[in-house]
Amino acid sequence: MTRCVIVGAGQAGLQIAETLRRGGFEGELLLLGDESSLPYQRPPLSKKYLLNEVEAARLLFRPAEHFAKLKVEVRLDTQVARIERATRELVLADGSHLTYDRLALTTGARVRQLSVPGAADSRVCYLRGLADAERIRVQLAAARRVAIIGGGFIGLEVAAIARQLGKEVTVIEAQSRVLQRVVAPAISSFFHTLHTGYGVRILLEQQVNHLERAAECSTVVTDDGTRVAVDLIVVGIGVVPNVELADAAGLICEAGIVVDEFACTSDPVIVAAGDCTRHRNLLYALPQRLESVQNAVDQAKVAVGTLLGAPVAYAQVPWFWSDQYEVKLQIAGIATGYDDLVLRGVPADGSFSAFYFAGERVIAVDSINRPAEHMAARKLIAAGGRCTKAQVADLATDLKSIL
Amino acid sequence: MPKVIFIAADQIRREIDIPSGWSLMEGAVQNDVSGIVAECGGGCACATCHVFIEEPWLAKLPASVPSEMDLLECTAVTRQPNSRLSCQIKLSAELDGMVVHLPERQT
Repeated sequence: MTRCVIVGAGQAGLQIAETLRRGGFEGELLLLGDESSLPYQRPPLSKKYLLNEVEAARLLFRPAEHFAKLKVEVRLDTQVARIERATRELVLADGSHLTYDRLALTTGARVRQLSVPGAADSRVCYLRGLADAERIRVQLAAARRVAIIGGGFIGLEVAAIARQLGKEVTVIEAQSRVLQRVVAPAISSFFHTLHTGYGVRILLEQQVNHLERAAECSTVVTDDGTRVAVDLIVVGIGVVPNVELADAAGLICEAGIVVDEFACTSDPVIVAAGDCTRHRNLLYALPQRLESVQNAVDQAKVAVGTLLGAPVAYAQVPWFWSDQYEVKLQIAGIATGYDDLVLRGVPADGSFSAFYFAGERVIAVDSINRPAEHMAARKLIAAGGRCTKAQVADLATDLKSIL
Repeated sequence: MPKVIFIAADQIRREIDIPSGWSLMEGAVQNDVSGIVAECGGGCACATCHVFIEEPWLAKLPASVPSEMDLLECTAVTRQPNSRLSCQIKLSAELDGMVVHLPERQT
């Protein structure tokens, strides 16, 4: 390999570039990003950044000099139009060509757009990148009432920030509970109570029918006729993986760029990592598509092993986190297929963990304000999750001693 | 800007100026100090930005919050009495010249 091009300058793209260099790759290395900023951390965008606690420069992973030192050529504001696999070339939006002999796709995901009448309203914001967060930050400062469409992580994190800034907040969720896709009812209930306790109004089982715009405000109208008049609407209804480039080049895509446990696509000279992939993880029977820092970082390292000809299969326990008010939720593992939930500690205390069992094995653990239990849970799940329900429920049992 | 001296496990020394108000972890990561991973991005949630702080600076630091104390039990290299998580240390003029030792590994 003499020239590797990475398409996508997010967490996974940066990780591939750095790990390749540290792994001894001495050829040309290009990192192409379609945003204007050097690689930056996304998680704070829905948290500290909206609270004005950090400025954009502090979100950068590395300063510009770092890339020069590593001999990584970073091209920002660069759109790739297509991949010509036969000649191993990228065609950029400006018509120029770039050759590669290895290609890494870390194209990420984009927000799912609200598709109801009236959704094209300047008071409607989405949150994915720095520019989105900046727009919300500015509009939030001027707003008195905010509607959040979608009670997932992004929606609830923004709701928490808006309440902390003293805004009147209404969360509108289509399902029967918040965070339904990711946590058990007991955890949804904890977060519901947390938000209502802070004065957030939560509307469940409400589909947005349309938006109405007037000069002074916009109104969210739900299917049952409920009307919520606000100054700002933040939509957090999930993301769509950016597969178009791969798909148009004939790589196998199934709601994600399909990669094997070595992060390899259906073309042996093209790897992919991060939010854009539908991937194999040896810990799971079914392919996964995850939106997380952990997956971006760990899968990027797997992709580098493949690029360097020293493949190591992906077999990491996924983990996630969310910050809302004084609560830190940390999730280890994937709960899909659990049949019993065992609590360790009491939700009313604001600090507890929930263990998801499938038969006699722990497959996932949600920890609320218990970071040490989260760390122990990751090890427990990686080791096969063998423990008893009595052990995890008993606060006198040290989780580390179970391992 | 307060100057911080990082000493890696192999004794290689680096001096870095970090703006006041930034965390020690942020300053280290942005300057590519190897030996600090910070996989959670500074949320006091992962124990991969573990450092050892020399006196007299250790005594000048605010006490650890309970979550930091818990996480210090989870570090890859066993904690010492002068162990801290660098994401929890905010730089100020008072910490100018601080000497920080890095553990051999973080994961």
